[in-house]
Amino acid sequence: MKIAVLSGKGGTGKTFVSVNLACAAGKSAYVDCDVEEPNGHLFLKHDITDRLPVSVTVPQIDANKCTGCRKCVDFCKYNALALIKNELLIFYEVCHSCGGCILFCPEKAFTEKEREIGTIEEGISGEVAVLTGCLNTGEVSGVPIIKGLMEKLPEQGTVVIDCPPGSACVVMESIREADFCVLVAEPTLFGVHNLAMVYDLVKLFNKPFGVVLNKCLPEENPAEQFCVDHKIKVLAKIPFNEELGKLNSRGLIAVRENRQYQELFQRLLNTLEKEAVS
Amino acid sequence: MKQLLILSGKGGTGKTTVSSAFIELSKGHAFADCDVDAPNLHLVVSQMSDPIKTDYFGFGKAMIDDSKCIHCSLCEENCRFGAIQDGAVGIYECEGCGVCLEICPVQAITMSDYSSGSLMLYKNNGKVFSTAQLKMGSGASGKLVAAVKKQLVNETTDAELAIIDGSPGIGCPVIASISGVDMVLIVAEPTISGMHDMKRIIDTAKHFGVSCAVCINKFDVNPDNTKEIENYCTGLAIPVIGKIPFDETVIKAVNRCQSIACYPDSPAGKAIASIWINLYQNYLGGGAR
Repeated sequence: MKIAVLSGKGGTGKTFVSVNLACAAGKSAYVDCDVEEPNGHLFLKHDITDRLPVSVTVPQIDANKCTGCRKCVDFCKYNALALIKNELLIFYEVCHSCGGCILFCPEKAFTEKEREIGTIEEGISGEVAVLTGCLNTGEVSGVPIIKGLMEKLPEQGTVVIDCPPGSACVVMESIREADFCVLVAEPTLFGVHNLAMVYDLVKLFNKPFGVVLNKCLPEENPAEQFCVDHKIKVLAKIPFNEELGKLNSRGLIAVRENRQYQELFQRLLNTLEKEAVS
Repeated sequence: MKQLLILSGKGGTGKTTVSSAFIELSKGHAFADCDVDAPNLHLVVSQMSDPIKTDYFGFGKAMIDDSKCIHCSLCEENCRFGAIQDGAVGIYECEGCGVCLEICPVQAITMSDYSSGSLMLYKNNGKVFSTAQLKMGSGASGKLVAAVKKQLVNETTDAELAIIDGSPGIGCPVIASISGVDMVLIVAEPTISGMHDMKRIIDTAKHFGVSCAVCINKFDVNPDNTKEIENYCTGLAIPVIGKIPFDETVIKAVNRCQSIACYPDSPAGKAIASIWINLYQNYLGGGAR
């Protein structure tokens, strides 16, 4: 089963839930799709077995062939090309790799080249197979890395996909292959507001889903109220406590440190399996 | 008008908490929320009238006219996004590049406008607040962020400083928000994730040549990590301009739609106020008040 963990708001505990779910499952896979700020590796500390560069195809110009006709400049919707003093400049950071300039240049003055934007790392941490993507700093889009990760998803067993925050294209790419979505919410008004957004997202893509309420305090929980109001299944409630905060701040995995959390996440896995088939 | 941008790399470290407090403390007249795919600042800035909402059109989406299509599949073969399948365009895959329009031998394809979100403008009592909400799964977040900032600048007449709440990560919305700002304040968190992500956002800010300062939120959660952040920043000559203790008042304030600055006697409220004074007087060219 492929489980995507998402939240809308950052810092609600996506990585905490994802890493612990994967470890509680025993033999499983953890996939970090938050390629802008991947954090799972800080906890899993996996032994790296393979490291692959991720590239995008971009144009390069043969200045001798370019006549300065501007056809490519006018065509490019992303303003990635400019003709300045008869010299064609290419702004690779904003290029979407559509290939239009290469295709439509009347002089065939472009060729393709590969440009590295990040990496995918494979490794192993205990019984957990780790796949983690990382976008180079200064790069705009992690989508090609997420697509690369999706191609490498194992077909069998428990696969936990740790998604980026927000609700934009990168999140959509990350949940594409998921059989079930776990929405992690914290008990604040911000948490609820962003939970409402990812709730809309998973409904839009017709994914079965449930909510994990994280950092629960004894006081009223607006995120729980949201679940009641919208008849959303609450999969688990994780208390706010100092021990979890401390373990997390030091990069330790709760289920590997304390039996109590192994049981909590094992119960969550059982619930997920039941929910996914129903 | 100077622009101060609040970033963090990691989500949930307290960008909006700090931004909303600065807006309150500075009696600011110009502010924006660039976290367009999970905006929250509007929930905690003091009462403003209803916003003016406009549809934002990012990249268009290709549309195929079935009556003209001769099923030559040239569009499908040349689309690098895999957006055309069996003569239909997937709106989430299409990035509006226009290759299909140009390649179609019978002009069966047109580009239609596609709203990728809403731009919001709040304006009253001389205050301008620019924000937006990206449509689910949309890809034009960088362009929408640029529009939020443009709206802020165009609508503001006399503010000396704009306070801009940023988004997590280091990708397109963050890069779009960095463009043109005078200073980035990074809200760091003394966790192993917070430290890792702080380093990457510092790299990103440096890549674009913007000066930055750091404040550490919930610093008392892990004093050793806090020390490490301070040492790291000192090594790079990045000023650490203050530390905010963990304080449950922050959660209470948020849940009452208030800024922590409304609780000036709380530990976090006090710390943020002193960070603001330090930042304003020593880094943003404000006079002694």
